[in-house]
Order: sequence, then C-alpha cells, then structure tokens
Amino acid sequence: MSAADIKRKEKLIQRIFLVVAFSSLFSLFLIALFIFVEGLPMIWKVGLKDFLLSTRWSPTKGHFGIFAMIVSSFWVTIGALLFGGPLGLMCSIFLVEFSSARMRAVIKPALELLAGIPSVVYGFLGVVYLVPLVRDYLGGPGLSLLTSCIILGIMILPTVISISVDSLVAVPDSYREAAFSLGATRWQTTHMVTLHAAKSGIITALVLGMGRAVGETMAVIMIAGNALKIPLSPLDPIRTLTSNIALEMGYASGLHRQALFATGIVLFFFVMALNMIATLFARRKVLK
Amino acid sequence: MTVDYTLKAEGFNLFYGEFHALKNLNLSIKRNTVTALIGPSGCGKSTLLRSFNRMNDLIPGVKTEGAIFFDGEDITKETVNLVRLRQKIGMVFQRPNPFPLSIRDNITFGPRVMGEKKSDVLDEIVEDSLKRVGLWEVLKEDLNRNALALSDEQQQRLCIARLLAVKPEIVLMDEPCSALDPIATLRIEELMLELKRRYTVVVVTHNMQQAARVSDETGLMYLGELVEFDKTKKIFTSPSQKITEDYVTGKFG
Repeated sequence: MSAADIKRKEKLIQRIFLVVAFSSLFSLFLIALFIFVEGLPMIWKVGLKDFLLSTRWSPTKGHFGIFAMIVSSFWVTIGALLFGGPLGLMCSIFLVEFSSARMRAVIKPALELLAGIPSVVYGFLGVVYLVPLVRDYLGGPGLSLLTSCIILGIMILPTVISISVDSLVAVPDSYREAAFSLGATRWQTTHMVTLHAAKSGIITALVLGMGRAVGETMAVIMIAGNALKIPLSPLDPIRTLTSNIALEMGYASGLHRQALFATGIVLFFFVMALNMIATLFARRKVLK
Repeated sequence: MTVDYTLKAEGFNLFYGEFHALKNLNLSIKRNTVTALIGPSGCGKSTLLRSFNRMNDLIPGVKTEGAIFFDGEDITKETVNLVRLRQKIGMVFQRPNPFPLSIRDNITFGPRVMGEKKSDVLDEIVEDSLKRVGLWEVLKEDLNRNALALSDEQQQRLCIARLLAVKPEIVLMDEPCSALDPIATLRIEELMLELKRRYTVVVVTHNMQQAARVSDETGLMYLGELVEFDKTKKIFTSPSQKITEDYVTGKFG
C-alpha cells in the first residue's frame, strides 16, 4: 500500500466513526423533533396557560390541564431526594472515609447491582409489602405519594452513591492528612473538609438522582394510586407526568394523544433543566 | 549542665509489612532548636518525622518497636491520645495543602476541632497566627478569600499559621520548601529561625545548604539508619563518619 492509500484509508475509517458517533446525537434530535411536532400544535390550540396551570384533565370533554400532575411529579421528586439523598450520601461517606478497602470492594458493586433490578420489580415489591404497611400503620389507601417517595428513594441510590463516591475519592489525600495532623478526628475531617471539597460532585449526584426520579414510570404507576388530583397529604394517591403518558397512551387519539406528547415536552424540559444544573455543578471547580 | 530534651527516640524500629524501614534509632531533640534530618531519597527521614506525630498510622501494615518519648511519655503506645498528640506535635507538608476553604476557616480549623466556637476568640487567633508567619499585613482585608487563590509561598505560610493556631510545642516540617522558588525558600527559612524562639522545629530536607543555614543540629540518615547526629557545624566541617563526609561533599545522594 502506498502512503497515499494509507492516508485515504485512515480518512475513511475516521469518517465512518464520525457518522456512527453522530447517529446517537441524531436520534436525540429526532426524538426531540417528534415530541415537539406532535405536542406543540396542541399547546397552541389549548393555550399554554390552560395546559400547564389548569387542574382539569378530562380528555373526553376536551380539558387538558396537567397542573395536578406537575405538582405530583414535583413532590415525588423532592420526596425521593429526601429519602434517597441522605441515605446515599451517608452510604458514600461510609464507603470512602470509614470502611476498609476490602469492604468497599464488596459493597460498592453490590450497590451498583441495585441499578440492574428492573423497575417493575421495585413496583411489585412496593405493592406487595410497602403499600399494606403504609395503609395499616399510617392510613389512607396505601397507594400514595409517601410510598412512591420511599421506593423512588431506593431506586435513585445507585446514581447518588456512585457519583458521590467518585467525588469523595477525588478529594486529594493531602487535605485529609492536613486535617489529621491538626488533631481532627475522621468525622471532623469529613464534615469540615472533605464534604466541602467534594461539594460540587455531591450536588451533581443529587441532581442526577432527581432526574432519575422524575423520569421513573413503571414503579410509580404500580404504587402511586394514579388519582388525578393535587395531593394534600403524603398519604394521598398521585399521578405523575410519566404515569399519565403511560396509562393513557394505549387508547388516546387525536387531541388527547397530542396532549400526551405535550406532557412529554414538559418532562423534556424538566429533565433537561436538571441535567443542565448537574453539568454546571460538575464543571464548577473546587474554587469559587 | 542539664539539657532540655523534648523528643527522644530509644531503640526505635519501624516496619512497613516485611520491610525494615527504620533501624534501631536513638536520638534526642533539644527544645527551642531547629534540627535537620538529611539523607538521600528513601533513607527513612520522612518516615522518622511522621513517627513523631504518628502520621504513619494512616498507612496500613506499619509496625513499630522501641520507644519515642515526648515530654517523658512514650508516644508509640496504643493508648496514646492521637488527637492531643497531633495538637502538640504539628506538621507542615511538602506541598502546601491549605483546605479549599477561606483563609479564616483554614486558620480556625484547629481551634474549631478543639471545640472553640466564640468568634472573638477565633478572630484573635487568626490575627495572632497570621502575624507570626508575616501574612497579617498582606491578607487582613482578604480573610474570606479562598486559600487556594494564594501563591505557593503564601499557601505554605498559611499552612504554618494554621498549625500555630493549635499552639503546638513541636513543628515538624517535611521538605517544606521543595515546591517553592529560591526566594520564597529563603523567606520560609527565616521564618523557621523565627519559630524556634517559641517552638521546637524538626525539618526534613534534601537540600544540604538549607540544613546548614537553618539548623542547630543535624542527623544524617542512610538506608534506615541514623549514621551521625551532631551539631550542624560539626556535621558539615568535620564529620566523624566516612558516609557523612561523602554525602555532605556531594559524592553520592
């Protein structure tokens, strides 16, 4: 092969990889395009205000207000963060600062396995065990905001833990050495220095966990009760944006179908915003 | 004439697993002096320094034999209160390692660890510590700035100030100037001489001129042994060991 041939071949291979790499970006673009093409005309017709801020959702009568679902999705995300955030963060602190390397080698992969459990299994366990527990001890139907928050809190653990473990590990040992040499205990070192140094990574972990909670559908459908109203207590049943799409997609047509796509647009912005916040924090250096 | 010794190693040995890193060390360090530990890389001088405040405990598999006495107490025992020990015997590291916090929070770290909460007391400590390392005039307006924004020399001074804030008796320095330029190095050396009036300083250095400039006594270590320990002047002008002479004249190392 001549030098020119080698060069041409090299160029060709580079092009092929470029095309393949861009195809994933292209699919993102296509998905966005389809959701917008399907959903936007409906928002146009009904009006943004009546769509986002009305609580009346009765597609057969032509009412498409998703406010109750926005509120439900919001609360379930916050709730999942309240359960999963502290649990995941403490777990990460234990793994990085207090456990031996051998223990970490066992526990961390085990926790990552949590991410591999299908969400329908989480939902199933929730229905069978957690729902009756909540119903019997706290009242209400059991299928509720609270139950969803607990299950989602567990489901976001792998995301929260793996990213916050990474950010704690990335804190230079020289900080810990300095703190120990000043007479600090391990816990003082952790909460006065290490957590500060890992702050941006930990916030990223929490925000990405939230993103996962907003998007989760199957488990939530099974345990949330899916009632169409603004929850007034943690024991009230809820219907989230994602559940609504999954529940009604099968029989929706016309404007109703478009309304579900429009719900997708809202979710799209929700998750986009969370990811953007996460990226911003991830890029932010230790320095202010 | 009685001499006031503050640190005393007696038959001290240290093992990293199977590796015998420090071999039967005997030395005494006088109060309010600067003692330099010199020797080629890997000779154990940093390991010895870290034995004085038990920083080697952080490394798994370290075992010691023999004793190191600090004000009469054997600090190699299991029962020693490490938190108190490290407040009495503080350390400055090779690379400046201020916390990614404000200048003020860096200096108040030690006192806060000990439970000091009153902000007027902490303010006083900040001013006093910064004055002792010659940073107060420069930084008094910027106490809330992030410490990582300072120059290397200022960071190292800040680390020394952070240490002085816990009122140590001994300041251990592990090649404190190796990340600094020559001018900054000279100024930190001046600071060491200043410090010995109130504290006892032990400095590990691979820079023999530095040892000659700042220390009162010098120990030469080689392959885990303390080859010679004497007045700095004697070590550099008429050493009693051949190895010492070879090392200080630059024949090896």
